[in-house]
Amino acid sequence: MPRFIVGRLARAALILLVITIANFCLIHAAPGDPAAVMAGEAGDADPEFLEQLRQRFGLDKPFHVQLWVYVSHVARLDLGFSYRQQLPVLDLILDRLPATLLLSMSAFAVSLALGVLAGALAAARQGRFSDTLISLFALIFYATPLFWLALMAVLLFSIQLGWLPGFGYESVGAGYVGFARALDIAHHLVLPAMTLGLFFMAVYVRMTRASMLEVSQMDFVKTAKAKGLRPGVIQRRHVLRNALLPVVTLAGLQAGQLVGGAVLIETVFAWPGIGRLMFEALSQRDYNLLLGVFVVSAAMVLLFNLITDVLYRFVDPRIRVTS
Amino acid sequence: MRRLLSIPLALTLSLTASAVLAEPVSGGKLDLIVQPEPPSVMLGMITNGPAILVGGNITEGLLRYDEKLNPEPSLAKSWTVSEDGLTYTFKLEEGVKWHDGKPMTAADVLFSANDYLLKMQPRHRNLMSHVESVTAPDDYTIVFKLKEPFEAFIRGLAFYTMPIIPKHIYEGTDYTTNPANEKPIGTGPYKLAEWKRGSYIKLVKNEDYYIPGKPYIDELYYHVIPDGASRAVAFETGNVAVLPGGSVENFDIPRLAELPNSCITEKGWEYFAPLSWMWLNNRTAPMDNPKFRQAIMYAMDREFAKDVIWNGYGKVSTGPISSKIPFYSDTGASYPYDPAKAKALLEEIGYDGKPLRLLPLPYGETWQRWAEAVKQNLAQVGIPVEIESTDVAGWNQKTSQWDYDIAFTYLYQNGDPAIGVGRNYKSSQISKGNPFNNVEGYSNPEVDKLFEEAAIAFPASKRQELYNEVQAKLRQDVPVAWLLELSFPTIYNCKVENLVSTASGLPNSIRDAWIKP
Repeated sequence: MPRFIVGRLARAALILLVITIANFCLIHAAPGDPAAVMAGEAGDADPEFLEQLRQRFGLDKPFHVQLWVYVSHVARLDLGFSYRQQLPVLDLILDRLPATLLLSMSAFAVSLALGVLAGALAAARQGRFSDTLISLFALIFYATPLFWLALMAVLLFSIQLGWLPGFGYESVGAGYVGFARALDIAHHLVLPAMTLGLFFMAVYVRMTRASMLEVSQMDFVKTAKAKGLRPGVIQRRHVLRNALLPVVTLAGLQAGQLVGGAVLIETVFAWPGIGRLMFEALSQRDYNLLLGVFVVSAAMVLLFNLITDVLYRFVDPRIRVTS
Repeated sequence: MRRLLSIPLALTLSLTASAVLAEPVSGGKLDLIVQPEPPSVMLGMITNGPAILVGGNITEGLLRYDEKLNPEPSLAKSWTVSEDGLTYTFKLEEGVKWHDGKPMTAADVLFSANDYLLKMQPRHRNLMSHVESVTAPDDYTIVFKLKEPFEAFIRGLAFYTMPIIPKHIYEGTDYTTNPANEKPIGTGPYKLAEWKRGSYIKLVKNEDYYIPGKPYIDELYYHVIPDGASRAVAFETGNVAVLPGGSVENFDIPRLAELPNSCITEKGWEYFAPLSWMWLNNRTAPMDNPKFRQAIMYAMDREFAKDVIWNGYGKVSTGPISSKIPFYSDTGASYPYDPAKAKALLEEIGYDGKPLRLLPLPYGETWQRWAEAVKQNLAQVGIPVEIESTDVAGWNQKTSQWDYDIAFTYLYQNGDPAIGVGRNYKSSQISKGNPFNNVEGYSNPEVDKLFEEAAIAFPASKRQELYNEVQAKLRQDVPVAWLLELSFPTIYNCKVENLVSTASGLPNSIRDAWIKP
């Protein structure tokens, strides 16, 4: 096991290097540069001003020098400075990371728990009304664009009913501390986390249901029935456990998106997370910041892939983990 | 009859009386929108719209301007201009303190004008090219000696065109990395208290502000909400009380303005005077032919664009100078919507139907729709157009590298044609890499001469004559296709009183605003 993990980590580092170089080249291939964007916003510029900015950002150096400088810095875990915000990239990312992790992990937990539960319920009641209802909603959530759902949820719950805040991370200027603040943040979390979680929840429902129905046809389930075990026990211990493997694969995929996968939801709900930071950095050609976010999210994806592979072993001991 | 009349009269009288008698009340907090989030609010470093919106409360200039662009005191309490128009003498307000408690004196003004801004701001370099020397005879007097009478000078001293920067903080440091850039020190009515990036910027009242009793409002929160629809929701739910111009999509404005307690004003943009037009690339055929450019003007239904796309806000532009700023005049050719005339012109020059590329401005839905409307208008007269959309960085790249046929833009005129208009038409301003100069590549020695002379003519009546002439010439030649004088209405909760009181609007008038209890 340790050897497996070390081997995978080494490979991950190599992949990360390739990703970093590829991203660097791609970003620099996009039209425009940060100096031009900043000058554009100022509404006034002369060549001297642009030259000043480019020098300050190191954009006047040849491309391969810039690439080398960047990669060698990343190797030393230094993500550099944001051109635009004049702050270390790492600080900016760490500042936004908690909000994003809170949002995406809540969405992850809710979608996984509710999805598996509803999927199991639907499978157990196959063909009945509750099964149809669950499948119908799963299909709707699966097919509807996230941002539309988000806007509709805001219309209903914030404007019409006034139950939940429609944007933001907490009540600005309310001065809550301790438990009251946690409660306030939780209140703000409900809408974005629900909308973000709905899509994956629908996927889990469908996956769990299909997988359970397949497993319940197998011989060992018949044996269990023949032994006279109660249906609840069979569903839980024999069917569900064996049906979970595809769900774990999918959960690993969703977990990989924990950092960078919430751009739309963060934008609609003004959630101060990484996704927005990335999107803004892209439109402003803030190369260092954008690359920094890419490196961190790529690292997260690699990490969660590793965790998923290890988890397989626990969920299904038949799988041998080898490097 | 007399009785009937007296009721509305009495009502009017009592209303006026209450408006006059209403005394400003101190206290409260004001929630506003800032969109997009500025990279910094240090106005010496950056002067884009959102930075100005927040930073204008922190940093001040020598003068403020009323809605007719007449100068009003700010850090300078009085001023005189010599009869030859060459010497400007400003008396500074005494007892003004920086946010760290140090006194503000003529030394700071000298430092800002002669050193800091000269290194940091292109706009200031331009202004100073007309200035011979800046001196401070004593701690509270500052004298600008001009090389030639540059009448626009008096309108170039606003809080963001010449922000006054603290000498004791910046002298001898690297201006771009000075830690004070993070938390700027100004003389303004508000101080920066907290900046939670991605969420909000909080300003608090400057208790030592030099005007006793002002500002009235204790705290300002500028919320960062990246999605336009969500910004509208924030106003609807009452989380935000002020939507500065441009913070919601145009099609949301009528709905939000109808809400109970919602007020709307178009004031506060007179200094910027945003004017929109389409760059027509004069370097390539068929845009190199003035008749073709005139045909484009006749082909566009600009009244329709104003009424439908901009919800009736704004004004159809007549030419290069906005009617909001001095020296505007309605002389020369005019271009009403006349497709038949456009077709006739195209026929006359033998236009071959070569398709053109149209670059919309990537500033949201309104601009996209406008590009579609123009495309339709041009198609109707037989000019096929292909819309090429891109993002802000791409748009900058394409316009400043002259890689376009027709491109939307809008620019601020900054109070005077010598500052914000000449740059777009003079041939000396043709240079790649800058999307704000003579991007269309128009070159006419007569126009060059007129702009040069008008900038330094004296007194103002002489300037007016020259500007009349240049406006007529440009309107004949149509170097660019002028669209609308844009209006970005501010929507706000009616309980906020006196919100907009200067030509720059929200950025520097909140010190006079107050909230009705």
